[in-house]
Amino acid sequence: MSTVILLIITGLGLGALYFLVASGLSLIYGLMGVLNFAHGSFLTLGAFAGWEFARRMGGGSWLTFFASLVVGAVVGAVVAAATEFLLIRRLYERHIEQVLVTVGLALASVALFDGIWGTDPIYVTGPAWLTQTSDILGARVPNDRFVLIIAAVFVLLAIVAFLKFTRYGLIIRAGVENRSMVTALGIDVRRAFTVVFAIGGAAAGLGGVLASHYFGYVSPQLGGSLLIFAFIVTVIGGLGSLAGAAMASVIVAILQQFANFFLGGTGDLVVVLLLAAVLLIRPTGLRGSKA
Amino acid sequence: MSAPILRVAGLSAHIAGQQVVEDVSFEVPATGVTALLGRNGVGKTSTLKAIIGLIGRRGTVEFDGERIDGQPTHRIVQRGIGYVPEDREVFASLSVEENLRLAERHGGPNRTLVDELFPDLVARASQPAGTLSGGQQQMVSLARALINDNRLLLVDEPTKGLAPLIVVDVAEALARAARAVPILLVEQNLEVVRKLAHTVVVLEGGRVAHVGLAQELLDDDELTKRLLGVHSAHAQANGEAS
Repeated sequence: MSTVILLIITGLGLGALYFLVASGLSLIYGLMGVLNFAHGSFLTLGAFAGWEFARRMGGGSWLTFFASLVVGAVVGAVVAAATEFLLIRRLYERHIEQVLVTVGLALASVALFDGIWGTDPIYVTGPAWLTQTSDILGARVPNDRFVLIIAAVFVLLAIVAFLKFTRYGLIIRAGVENRSMVTALGIDVRRAFTVVFAIGGAAAGLGGVLASHYFGYVSPQLGGSLLIFAFIVTVIGGLGSLAGAAMASVIVAILQQFANFFLGGTGDLVVVLLLAAVLLIRPTGLRGSKA
Repeated sequence: MSAPILRVAGLSAHIAGQQVVEDVSFEVPATGVTALLGRNGVGKTSTLKAIIGLIGRRGTVEFDGERIDGQPTHRIVQRGIGYVPEDREVFASLSVEENLRLAERHGGPNRTLVDELFPDLVARASQPAGTLSGGQQQMVSLARALINDNRLLLVDEPTKGLAPLIVVDVAEALARAARAVPILLVEQNLEVVRKLAHTVVVLEGGRVAHVGLAQELLDDDELTKRLLGVHSAHAQANGEAS
């Protein structure tokens, strides 16, 4: 029983991490039709920025930890907005070029991070509590999973509130349905594109700092490795659906944890099989209207 | 006679590399309804889209004396052109109220007019637009254009697929709107054209084939048959162009 509880809670923690990356991917694809292969770079840069900040502040205090989360989110948002403004904006409706540019940016950014911070993993320290465990019905659950889950729920609620209660949220929801009609109402939808990139970048940057504590290190490959699962989650959830991304994140991560434990470390294989099954049975994903 | 509100000269448009409008020139007077007519597929919808830049175009488009053909769609619309697309294109997942709020450009100065014209929408404010009937969706689409103080409306087949009773309501709403703002109307229902339009521009094969008074065209059965493929008398009797 304790094993099941442990797998579920650690699965939820991993799912939270997937969601932080996938939420931005899903919003960006939903509104703009852009498959952003550079999204992992926002995560990695956020992680490095958070680590640099915490290192310079010299500590493992809670204040430094929370401040590093903010730094990671802000850096992710700024770099993502700049990417949209400088590179992607010129390439709307040109999908091949978008893929080439975002893949190129992802590769170049890894090389850049290698050059700045080196290729070896850099181990991070945070509040001691994060590295400890808590007893939940007999299961010793790593505490950082709770932080991940709380952060993902916070991000989900914040994005939902933004989409529901702000004018930009209204524009984005309408734009996901029919971008040209939004423009035909006199709205400069490009501003919404930048906002969506910034939101996705902020979630990725926040996820980067949390991922560095989850894995215990930050490295130039951090974003790329998570991006693969984030794409899988985005497709399973339904491209463009935030709720779908949240549901799929939890399903994929818990399935992965159970398969790793009970089926001899086959979690990744099971996730890929799940993706294939979803594409065969329900190509639009759990909540998507298009694939 | 006052200057036209819209002047189109040598307008060509293309979709996915295919020419759909070719060297079209016409003017829309600053008052009343101008009907843009033609058989199916002659480029009426494409002409409206080209005017506001929703599809690639060449040529000159002047709105109230200023060229707008080099501007992006949102800027053209912000100048005071309301667009009611074919097939309504309401945002299905948004509520009626959200559809209207999205369209408001300056705090909704015509909210009273919209509420007065379409009381049904007030009652259904919180209902998702995608769950409305075709007629109600058309009202949302019209309301989005009427909610702002526009100086020109481009209205594309507003009665398409609607029940006869709803057609009467839509025509009435357009007639009221036309008292305040000129309208360029694409419409297949010649009864509605007869009721609303003063001037007609007829397209054929992507080009302008006829410009004149609506009444004159619709009274000339032979000309109507040649240009539109239907008898005006037949259209009168049945209320349909095709």
